[in-house]
Amino acid sequence: MTLRVQALESLLVEKGLVDPAALDAIIETYEHKVGPRNGARVVARAWSDPAYKTRLLAEPVAAIAELGFEGRQGEHMVVVENTPQVHNLVVCTLCSCYPWPLLGLPPVWYKSAPYRSRAVIDPRGVLAEFGTVVGEDVEVRVWDSTAEVRYLVLPERPAGTDGLSEDALADLVTRDAMIGVTRVNP
Amino acid sequence: MTLSDEPPFAEPWEAKAFALVVHLHGRGAFTWAEWAQALSGELKRPDAGSYYQCWLLALEHLTLERGVLDRPGLDERRDAWAQAYRNTPHGQPVQLT
Repeated sequence: MTLRVQALESLLVEKGLVDPAALDAIIETYEHKVGPRNGARVVARAWSDPAYKTRLLAEPVAAIAELGFEGRQGEHMVVVENTPQVHNLVVCTLCSCYPWPLLGLPPVWYKSAPYRSRAVIDPRGVLAEFGTVVGEDVEVRVWDSTAEVRYLVLPERPAGTDGLSEDALADLVTRDAMIGVTRVNP
Repeated sequence: MTLSDEPPFAEPWEAKAFALVVHLHGRGAFTWAEWAQALSGELKRPDAGSYYQCWLLALEHLTLERGVLDRPGLDERRDAWAQAYRNTPHGQPVQLT
C-alpha cells in the first residue's frame, strides 16, 4: 500500500495537481488539531446558554462557527437534540460521512460494515451493544449522513450538573454521545 | 473520558491517502458526492480490504477513470519505487533516481 500511495502521489505532484506541503498540512490538522473536544465545547455551550442552543438547532453552521469551528465536511450540519422522548443515532450507510470539524475523523467501528448496516436495521440492538438501553416509550431516530448533510447529536444534559461550569460540562461530553450511541454520564 | 481513544491513522500511508483525497477535492478535482460514491463502491465489494485500502483504491479508480493518470504509468511508477526501496541502504532516505 505504501508503494501504491507513493506512486500516486509522485505522479500527481509531477503533474502539478498536488502540493506536497498542502498534504502535510492536512495530515497535521487531522492528526493533532481537530477532534471531539470541539464538538464537546459546542454541546457544553448549548447546555449552558439557552439562546445559543436555539441558534444551534436553527442555524447550526453559523452557531458552530461562533465558536470558531468550521471547515471541510462541516459545511452542511444538522444538530438533532436528544430528549426524554427521542433518542437520536447517526450513521453513514453509504461510506463514512462524519462532521470532521466537530468530531475529527470517525472511529473504526463507525466505518465498519456491521455498524453501517445494523444501525438502520436494528438500532436498539446496536445501542444495547454500546451499553445504552433505550426504553420502549422512547422513539429512536436514525440519521443517515450523506456527502451533503452531516449530523451532530446534542445529548441530554445529565442530572446533577447544575453547578458545573461550561468547561467542566465539556469534559463530560464524549464522542460516542455526539454520535448517539451512548448518553452523557454525570 | 475517551475523546480520542485511537489515532486517526494506523500507518503513514493511510494518512497520505486521506490527505490526497481531501487536497484533490479542495482543488475541485471531484465533488464530495462523487468521492463518496467511489468509496462506497469499493467498500461494497465482497473482497473489500481495510477501510483505507478501499480509500486508496477508490482514489486510483477516480484518477484513472478521469484520465488524470493511466494504469501502465501507475504500475511503472510503483515498480520504480519498489526498486528504489531495494536499492537504498538502510537508514538512507528512499528516492527515485
